[in-house]
Amino acid sequence: MGNKIRAAIIGPGNIGTDLLIKAQRSQVIEPVWMVGVDPESPGLARAAELGLNTTAEGVEGMLPTMKADGVQICFDATSAYVHAENSRKVNDQGAVMIDLTPAAIGPFCVPPVNLDAAVSQRAMNVNMVTCGGQATIPLVAAVSRVQEVVYGEIVATVSSKSAGPGTRKNIDEFTRTTAKGIEVCGGAHRGKAIIVINPAEPPLIMRDTVHCLTQEEPNQEAITQSVLEMIKEVQQYVPGYTLKNGPVFDGKRVSIYMEVEGLGDFLPKYAGNLDIMTAAGLRTAEMYAEEILAGRFVPATE
Amino acid sequence: MDLQGKKVTVHDMCLRDGMHPKRHQITVDEMVTISKALDDAGVPLIEVTHGDGLGGASVNYGFPAASDEEYLTAVCKEMNNAKISALLLPGIGTVDHLKMAVDCGISTIRVATHCTEADVSEQHLTMAKSIDNLDTVGFLMMAHMIEAEDLVVQLKMMEDFGANCVYITDSAGYMLPDDVTARIALARAELKPETELGFHGHHNMAMGVANSIAAVAAGANRIDGSLAGLGAGAGNTPLEVFVAVCDRMGIETGIDTFKAMDIAEDLIVPMMDHMVRVDRDALTLGYAGVYSSFLLFAKRSAEKYNLSTRDILVELGRRRTVGGQEDMIEDLALDMAKAQGTLKT
Repeated sequence: MGNKIRAAIIGPGNIGTDLLIKAQRSQVIEPVWMVGVDPESPGLARAAELGLNTTAEGVEGMLPTMKADGVQICFDATSAYVHAENSRKVNDQGAVMIDLTPAAIGPFCVPPVNLDAAVSQRAMNVNMVTCGGQATIPLVAAVSRVQEVVYGEIVATVSSKSAGPGTRKNIDEFTRTTAKGIEVCGGAHRGKAIIVINPAEPPLIMRDTVHCLTQEEPNQEAITQSVLEMIKEVQQYVPGYTLKNGPVFDGKRVSIYMEVEGLGDFLPKYAGNLDIMTAAGLRTAEMYAEEILAGRFVPATE
Repeated sequence: MDLQGKKVTVHDMCLRDGMHPKRHQITVDEMVTISKALDDAGVPLIEVTHGDGLGGASVNYGFPAASDEEYLTAVCKEMNNAKISALLLPGIGTVDHLKMAVDCGISTIRVATHCTEADVSEQHLTMAKSIDNLDTVGFLMMAHMIEAEDLVVQLKMMEDFGANCVYITDSAGYMLPDDVTARIALARAELKPETELGFHGHHNMAMGVANSIAAVAAGANRIDGSLAGLGAGAGNTPLEVFVAVCDRMGIETGIDTFKAMDIAEDLIVPMMDHMVRVDRDALTLGYAGVYSSFLLFAKRSAEKYNLSTRDILVELGRRRTVGGQEDMIEDLALDMAKAQGTLKT
């Protein structure tokens, strides 16, 4: 186990548990703590069964020993409201925080777009934008790397069952944070995000639509090529990331219709929205871990 | 049915739902002219927003002729007695839009979610309730899709978040009067007595007026209508017709029926881009239970990809799409065109 970096997952809900299962397969990450607030949480019980240290006392419950336990990376899968406090506490203990909430206090990270940049900044807190952001920003970036995108808009449609209480309470943070990510990472001058929750049974697989308005007439061939390449990049960590239709060109509008099926680790396959978050979060952590293992980066208190 | 002396607050939709058939191109001047005429006719409440609510300006739903802020600012200051409302769909608009609309002078905010997803309105209803004198309304769309018992659970959630009025919304114009009666009656029995109850109809099965009267009979006290029915699909409950029926039945709306008729005929009908009526495709919406504002999107995709609008709408209904999924329409049309071999893949 000497060549793995130890990690803690804060939030033993669906996201945290799915992340745990993925992290256990990692070559460079070893999850050692699961942090919750409810002693009855099935997620904590499951983590304990898998041999992790657990606490129902929140981050406070892990703080006294996390340094001794060698935790250098934490994932926050709670909610935007408590994230800042969680992040401050673990940063004080010298651990990097990977933020899966839409709190967005650290720089955005969308792996195929700017993971290298985020890691090379040595940021002690990186934010994974939102599920809709992870699913769509790579495609906005795929268009904007070909030519100027004056406006990028995404519509994420998720099944009711995959939208947990955190997302529901945080729905404004979703739209705001995703819109900002479309601008900052996607490279659109202006971003807009829409989320639709659909209760149909059987649950629908996450659908995402990306609309870009280009400054000049779109270069159809170059954009199509760039989009297809970007989809392959994302498929490296989310194999079920699938182009359904498009790119459709209509004047200066470029529209791309996607479906995101998850791996089905803990979450059902239709919840591609959650899967792409956990997969992207883990991918980011692995990059940090590789830097730490290679001695190029030492997480430190700020 | 004796509804003599019953008081109903009629809420006009032509400057919000009416944005759909106008592709959100109603001008600020038209908004001002029409809202002043409505005010003069005694309409107590008028909704003014992008058809898809605050923040609806988008590729997905259409960019409007002016911003919500411009519309609301222009209209609010011209009202003598009428109050102005705005619509907000969480997932599209945010509490920032809500605050903006309050600053523009609205007195009612309506927070709309799909009928099973009331909990996404917590942020917005809680915030609205905290604003002094802001009439706070929860609005459950596509209410035909679930039974009365389930609907009441969701309505109560909105009541708990702070709504002083909740709506049962027949977004697809699918309901028949008995469907309305069952839902409104149970809601009236289960909600707090002081919580107001509303019904928003669409006329796709030509049931707008009948459904609205059924709602009043079952205990609703707010009814949405639109002059000349200007609204998505076959339009909303035609307001002037509803008011005339109320007159005959002795239901008190406080609206001058002849003035309402005149506005419908002289101002609204002439500005229609197409006759808003129960045509084949609008009827399909009601028949198949499809969100009314999908109509023009389906027509456009049908034309572009050489398909039948009705086929697209029926398939959207079969897939149980919900409000806001306009992006699904072109995607589906592309699939259908591929399947019939008219599109190269």
